[in-house]
Amino acid sequence: MSRQRFDTKKVNSELVTLTYGTLVAQMVKDFDNPDDVSKQLDRIGYNMGIRLIEDFLSKTGTGRCLDLKDTADKIQSAFRLYLGVQPNVVNWSPAGDEFSFILDSNPLTELVELPEDLKQLKYCNIICGAIRGALEMVQLDVQSWVVQDQLKGDQNTEIRVKFIRRLEDAMPAGEE
Amino acid sequence: MADDILLDLLHSEIVQYVVGNNDNMKDEDLSTLEYIGFSTGYRIIERLTKEMPRFKDELDTMKFICTDFWSAVYKKQIDNLRTNHQGVYVLQDNVFRFLSRLSNGKQYLEVAPRYVTFTCGVIRGSLANLNIQCLVTAEVQSLPSCKFHIQVQRT
Repeated sequence: MSRQRFDTKKVNSELVTLTYGTLVAQMVKDFDNPDDVSKQLDRIGYNMGIRLIEDFLSKTGTGRCLDLKDTADKIQSAFRLYLGVQPNVVNWSPAGDEFSFILDSNPLTELVELPEDLKQLKYCNIICGAIRGALEMVQLDVQSWVVQDQLKGDQNTEIRVKFIRRLEDAMPAGEE
Repeated sequence: MADDILLDLLHSEIVQYVVGNNDNMKDEDLSTLEYIGFSTGYRIIERLTKEMPRFKDELDTMKFICTDFWSAVYKKQIDNLRTNHQGVYVLQDNVFRFLSRLSNGKQYLEVAPRYVTFTCGVIRGSLANLNIQCLVTAEVQSLPSCKFHIQVQRT
């Protein structure tokens, strides 16, 4: 057998892209409304995020985030670790509670084109969900949404994150 | 460039999505899951084999699925390939990737089909794009090993 082996990293990445693509296609079939699909994608991302954070913390061994700038840096390195892209952190709000990730290439949307009638579909919502889910597990309540999307003809993909509040440890029921 | 764990998580979310959609049925309907696998396989194989020479015959194709394809997607080769030379192939994977994280006992045997159906679809889709129409079923007797039965449809 002298066949060349594949670049497994690349194959895996394409596999994720294609699998995600077929899932979205299936959802578009299942739901009449693209908004429902976006919502589902966000939920799926959320579910993945709450698991992904564990993997991230064990792989990187990072501690608690000191402030939101630190959080942004760590999410940036998570992007590099999981998607192999290095987004820029930009557009800080004056209050310092909002920022954006700019991705000039997005592995999830490679090989993807959106048809005209699905222009409302937020294809990358899964990333927003994942960020929200992962941060919730480290007691940060955030909102995340897509501002710019390459699939809709924008130059870059921009994902906005807004800090809402710090979650407090809830006291277990029945304890003082 | 995505990390391996993404696929694992995505896969389990897909399973969850499909299983969550069919309620009140005694027998789970996993055909959607199989179809998602089918279209994934149909597309991935096209990209994997685009630079490759034509396969000699059916067996050669199966060998490709068991070695290169399997190790690219499932990080290991198929442990055992058997065939009756009449269109039936049995691929055995002793530590199947999507089952390897479930408990090894009999506890989760009932739900195991959920975790292998996607792959049945992937195999069927891949072979379909290589012009081999077939039926793929999976058999799980003890986790985490799994046997995929491929029955080639001759017309």
